[in-house]
Amino acid sequence: MYTNFFYALRREGVPVSITEWMTLMEALSIGLAESSLSGFYYLARAVLVKSESHFDPYDLAFQKYFQGIENPKQLLEQVSQWLENPLPPKMFSEEERNELLSKLGFPDWESLKTALEERMQKQDGPHHGGNTWIGTGGTSQFGHSGFHPGGVRIGGESYGQSAVKVASERNYRDYRTDKTIGVRQFEVALRRLRQFSTRLDGVKDQLDLDDTIDETCKNAGRLKLVWTRPRKNSVKVIVLMDVGGSMTPYANICSQSFSAVHKSSHFKALKFYYFHNCIYDLLYLDASNNPSKAVKTEDILRSLSSDYKVVLIGDAAMAPSELMMSNGNIFWDLSNEEPGITWLQRISKKFPYNVWLNPLPEKYWEQVHGYQTLKIVRDIFPMFELTLEGLDRAIKKLMVRK
Amino acid sequence: MTNPLHYQGTDDYIVSNDLQNSVNISVALKRPLLIKGEPGTGKTGLAESIARSLGLSLIIWNIKSTTKAQDGLYVYDTVQRLYDSQFGEQNVSNIKQYIKLGKLGEAFESTERVVLLIDEIDKADLEFPNDLLWELDVMNFYIPETGETITTKHRPIVIITSNAEKELPDAFLRRCIFHYIDFPDQTMMKEIVHVHFPDLENQLLTEALKAFYWLRTISGLQKKPSTSELLDWIQALTIGGIEPVKLSQEIPFLGALLKKNQDFDLTLRQLHTRGTENSSRAKRGW
Repeated sequence: MYTNFFYALRREGVPVSITEWMTLMEALSIGLAESSLSGFYYLARAVLVKSESHFDPYDLAFQKYFQGIENPKQLLEQVSQWLENPLPPKMFSEEERNELLSKLGFPDWESLKTALEERMQKQDGPHHGGNTWIGTGGTSQFGHSGFHPGGVRIGGESYGQSAVKVASERNYRDYRTDKTIGVRQFEVALRRLRQFSTRLDGVKDQLDLDDTIDETCKNAGRLKLVWTRPRKNSVKVIVLMDVGGSMTPYANICSQSFSAVHKSSHFKALKFYYFHNCIYDLLYLDASNNPSKAVKTEDILRSLSSDYKVVLIGDAAMAPSELMMSNGNIFWDLSNEEPGITWLQRISKKFPYNVWLNPLPEKYWEQVHGYQTLKIVRDIFPMFELTLEGLDRAIKKLMVRK
Repeated sequence: MTNPLHYQGTDDYIVSNDLQNSVNISVALKRPLLIKGEPGTGKTGLAESIARSLGLSLIIWNIKSTTKAQDGLYVYDTVQRLYDSQFGEQNVSNIKQYIKLGKLGEAFESTERVVLLIDEIDKADLEFPNDLLWELDVMNFYIPETGETITTKHRPIVIITSNAEKELPDAFLRRCIFHYIDFPDQTMMKEIVHVHFPDLENQLLTEALKAFYWLRTISGLQKKPSTSELLDWIQALTIGGIEPVKLSQEIPFLGALLKKNQDFDLTLRQLHTRGTENSSRAKRGW
């Protein structure tokens, strides 16, 4: 029953659940696919896919699974001759359909294709109203104006466009979420930090008017005050951003995300610090990395509570010495007693809610210049691509202790 | 079709084949239909069209950021009851008269089948859709104050719209039929405009659409003009008595299409480059 299509979808990353799959089966059994492939395409998409960002993976899976369903030209021509002078379309009642369904079940495409080819070879002329040969108005798997739960419609009425062709156009490519993000999307994604914010901590210091009135009324008019926690966002965020050097090509993305974070000023606290390539004793207050405008990393580790969520943005690609050696700082005039990795480990230990966003696409992480350090950093911080999907996953990660 | 409830669109609402399909699928499967799409693609209009096409009445539940799921079911007006108990002559022992059904409750109570539109569900709290899961699934709810259970007499056709401001919970999505309304292409847009302006000159329409779709191709626009802006603009063009030929050279009343300063600047720059390529197009006004 197309079960492999289910797995094909999941392989492409469409999160299809069993519930939805059963709904699709129910829909097929009441004939909503109108026994055509394009009918099936739209039906399955409406039932199984719940976000336009998954339309493209859906198209891909569909294409792969139903590939080759467009029969070779000559075959089609021959068959369409047999299909001339059809019987009037036969409407099958529900019972008839169900009976057929239980009798025939849903074949898979593989056997259907083989069967079609086989029958093509054996059949010598038109057959109408039967249940085996290619013809019209019957219950054979092949033909049109008839019904078969898993049949191939050949010729006749259709939606005018082949489903596989629709799928192969990939009209929804732009809605994929693994593309790099824009400012607005960044803001929307960051807004999720608010939604996940817990209302469990904080003082009950706000009068809950509705509940007070309710309770007072239930209390026969004697005043009974109800207090509640204010609906404020309790999320506190530290953003640590790599600037300059190998990050220059990503400056644009970073400035976008910077403005996004600035706009979404709904956090309880938002701290912004800069570093260059790796973090050492000092964190800078602006993008110029000027040591006169800097704070001690140690102070930050000490003064900020560990419920701060840390977002690091950087490519984590650097010379191994910058990460592993003391005095490895890329600024010659600045020495550091402890290697950068020690500082990174401290940050990760102090702030258990942390993620590293990397503007480099994930598929290059293994090969990019500086991949050795990238791998080490990845062991310390959970690393995500700086795309909408990556950010999504990162924010989910930020909400749980790793 | 054996199903008597078969939606085919209405004269004043142009519907694509696959949207029509999705509506019929959701009706046949008795699942809510979740509609997403760019602003101005007629998400809300769809419910009105369905109601008209099937001859059913429409109940609209507008969601705001403060809306709670409970509001849709019923509200127990305790204040009125307290007030009545102190000053009124009414008998307050009948709690039933203080229970006011919300929009969802209304849809359940209705003696005829209705279309229920839950508009912009993503505006409410994250938990909101989850709070409605049970009610939308079994189509009944219990009022503890009166011990009553409100059950649907006829399962309403539920249409839910979302602007994708928030992600909806997975459990909720699993129960819905989903449809994403694409931005209409030129041919379809022509039909849509025609519905609103039946007397519009063909030439003006063609030129206007050309300019409109050119505008949408400019990359980097913060807010692309949508259908409703196009309709406003065309109205402005007809009132202003603009000659269709002029539209290939300039875009008058640009403010009807673009709503952001940056977009304005960007477009003017683009118009300029388009103009230098073709020196006769240098003149413009808005």
